[in-house]
Amino acid sequence: MIEILVQVSKIIMILLLCLYTIECFTVMTRKDAEVREQIINRQRKFAFMLHFLAYLIMFAVKMDIKYLVFYAVQVLIFTLFLNLYDLFYEKASPLVVNNMVLLLMIGLIMLTRLNFEHAIRQFVFIVAAIVLCVLVPLIIHKLTFLDKLTWVYAAVGILALLVVFATATVTGGAKLSIDLGPVSIQPSEFVKITYVFFVACMLYKNTEFKQVLITTAVAATHVLILVASRDLGGALILFVAYMVMTFVATKDIRYFLIIFAGGCLASVMAYFLFSHVQIRVANWLDPFSDITGTGLQLSQSLFAIGTGGWLGLGLFQGMPKSIPVVESDFIFSAISEEMGLIFALSMLLVCISCFIMFLNIALQIKNQFYKLIALGLGCVYGFQVFLMVGGVTKFIPSTGVTLPLISYGGSSIVSTVIIFSIIEGLYILREDEGEFFAKKRRKTREKAQKGRKEKEQ
Amino acid sequence: MAYCFIAIFVAMIGYIVYFQVFKAEDIINNSYNKRHELFASRMIRGDIVSAEGDVLATTKVSESGKETRYYPHGNMYAHAVGYCENGTTGVEEQANFSLLRTHSFIGNQIYNMLTEKKNKGDTVVTTLKSKLQSVAYNALGSFNGAVVAIDPSNGRILAMVSKPDFDPNDVKEGYEDIISNDSVLLNRATQGSYTPGSTFKIFTTLEYLKEHGSDAAYTYNCTGQISMDGTTVHCYGNEVHGQLDLEHAFAESCNCAYANMGLNLNISEFQKMTKKMLFNSALPIEYPYTKSSFSLSKDSSTASIMMGSFGQDQITVSPMHLAMVAAAIENNGMLMKPYVIDHVENDAGDIVTETEREEYRNLLSKNNAKVMQKLMEATVNYGTATALQSSKYKAAGKTGSAQVSDSSDDTHSWFVGYANRSSGKDLAIAVIVEKQGNGSRYAVPIAKKVFDAYFD
Repeated sequence: MIEILVQVSKIIMILLLCLYTIECFTVMTRKDAEVREQIINRQRKFAFMLHFLAYLIMFAVKMDIKYLVFYAVQVLIFTLFLNLYDLFYEKASPLVVNNMVLLLMIGLIMLTRLNFEHAIRQFVFIVAAIVLCVLVPLIIHKLTFLDKLTWVYAAVGILALLVVFATATVTGGAKLSIDLGPVSIQPSEFVKITYVFFVACMLYKNTEFKQVLITTAVAATHVLILVASRDLGGALILFVAYMVMTFVATKDIRYFLIIFAGGCLASVMAYFLFSHVQIRVANWLDPFSDITGTGLQLSQSLFAIGTGGWLGLGLFQGMPKSIPVVESDFIFSAISEEMGLIFALSMLLVCISCFIMFLNIALQIKNQFYKLIALGLGCVYGFQVFLMVGGVTKFIPSTGVTLPLISYGGSSIVSTVIIFSIIEGLYILREDEGEFFAKKRRKTREKAQKGRKEKEQ
Repeated sequence: MAYCFIAIFVAMIGYIVYFQVFKAEDIINNSYNKRHELFASRMIRGDIVSAEGDVLATTKVSESGKETRYYPHGNMYAHAVGYCENGTTGVEEQANFSLLRTHSFIGNQIYNMLTEKKNKGDTVVTTLKSKLQSVAYNALGSFNGAVVAIDPSNGRILAMVSKPDFDPNDVKEGYEDIISNDSVLLNRATQGSYTPGSTFKIFTTLEYLKEHGSDAAYTYNCTGQISMDGTTVHCYGNEVHGQLDLEHAFAESCNCAYANMGLNLNISEFQKMTKKMLFNSALPIEYPYTKSSFSLSKDSSTASIMMGSFGQDQITVSPMHLAMVAAAIENNGMLMKPYVIDHVENDAGDIVTETEREEYRNLLSKNNAKVMQKLMEATVNYGTATALQSSKYKAAGKTGSAQVSDSSDDTHSWFVGYANRSSGKDLAIAVIVEKQGNGSRYAVPIAKKVFDAYFD
């Protein structure tokens, strides 16, 4: 009986997520505020139903009350959060909030299945992040000197990365985190944000050659420290964000081409200089030749995705734990194995819809500083999703990055929630901008009318 | 910019879909995929049947639910079909995942779920022909050795026998006993590494044709022995062949002529040619195999070159490799990729997946294939394999008596060749009988029994 429940709920969960995903894209095309609100509310229902079914299955399979308790606490927190957010930030983008909550839910479902203790730990970080999430838009709104802190961002970023480089021990082939007693933090997750702010500060007013050169030097310092710490994924993400931001700020394709060529050259050099880069590439080309050694992760990941098939094996029915570090770097494969490739691809589309929302605000907002921020953060987020999913499916060499909001890892969760909140803050600012321009227009119109009236008189 | 990003995402999704549709099936059948064990515990392993539908492996379920893998033909398919306890081999390995999944009608699956019965895995239909397999198995009798038969026009493996053998029904309980015997688990058809003896003259001839053109006139006067740099080579049984052209030298298997031919060949080119003929390289087959080895190089001694030219020295081959070469010659040069799994079907007989016949590549040119066909036919017409003359088919091939030590009874008996009928039916074969002696006396009659059965 339980098997039937697992299999039937599996299909319903796939349907729910597909419906949710379709709504992500239809909502973008609708202009009518009321229709939009209906869609947003429907999406929330789908997300909560999916969440409910997943925990119901896990409870049914394990028959352990802890799953229900954990579920209830989650529902409470997420409902509270959504209602508070609606109340405080009427002008925020509800799609971005929905997506964030949905992705957090999916991550929690999979983590609960993989490792209950880790799921609890993750949830604690999520609660902390959500509190921040409520505050960040306010900060963005009130602090008007954010664009003046150029060198603070640079100093904090480089310092943090240097501390990691100097003190961190190597885990999983890279130096990533600083140990602070009970918790360890991964500064590189937060440096993504300070870095984007720094580049935006540098380039939003002044794009002369000298200015670009200085920015490049500082940006390159960030990237090189990451490469030296063997955090190739992080280095690539910062590099791409910089390339895109510079191109948009300068509107000069030559910068783009030069940076792109420089990046290619650096990659080739890295390949010949570092044996670990060569190993990554060799594993990408043929993970099966060293199937018990360096190719283990990727081949197990492909086995997981392939065996799961389109519909997945069902929660607790597969063997996702056969993939090393499945909870962080390979969670996409675990989701694909047990919840199905359709589910995993739908989830990827939700991530893409977040990315589109990031670019959307970058296009709409008038203020160049905020425009660059939105663009930079969008690139950071979008490219990270690409590196993660591409890496575990053998589309590109694996770089060992997390899937934002879904993978296990406190720093990753908190920094991504902050990024989403900044974007929300920008959506709110845009509405203000809108009002500001509307007022201006109204005033000029009134003036004109006055003038006409005076003439008539 | 945004479009660039969207484009790479679309490309990635496209790739993932492609992976799932076309690649996943092959990849997940890997024995390192631990999920097999998971499926094995939830499913009743499916059947393996011959091309005619004869059951070669099935799973019996007792009333208490205990599952036993049963091989109705015992030793006969021990290597071809393999076993699935204490490791998996043969078809059991190649089709492992297909046997552990079901494409049964969804209603049946739900019914089984509700009644908490296990589903039975899909059925794997092989290319092996029961009749041919049993003829080959019985023809080899109590000798050690191997027989491989493939259909040259499509690469289907029709029979594969290796001896000494074992009963796969005993693998679970009596594994220790089985492995204590003289390497019975080794599939000699693909993993055997034998001195090719005179069958290697096929390759020496091909190199001669390559260097002198396919219409070159070769003549040699055989006096029963040839000496060079202190090495003397005799013809088999100290026979004296007299004046020979290429066809007679090949058909009558004159060692002296080939030692003479080899001394005049460009050994570096010879190396390249044998590489192209799959020596020292991977074979396009799914069974585990031993690579054939061509040992000569431009630094080889005169003795090595003389001996190597008729397949002695350190040259080794697997029977499967030689069968593939014979198949390519029969098929005018083109080697079809050999396969043993014809298709997988569900319990209603609907096809789930099917192996497509696939051209591997041209091992030799059409011209050279035609010349080789003529030479190999001569072997049957008046040479060392006249026993293969038949009114039902036209046979061709090459015999071999490979000396494995100085004692004359330590000689492997070889036959490599094919037979066809103008109606289009054809069969390539390699037979090796270990340590019995002359190829004509032991290997040829076995080939004849297989041909007779096939063209009956």
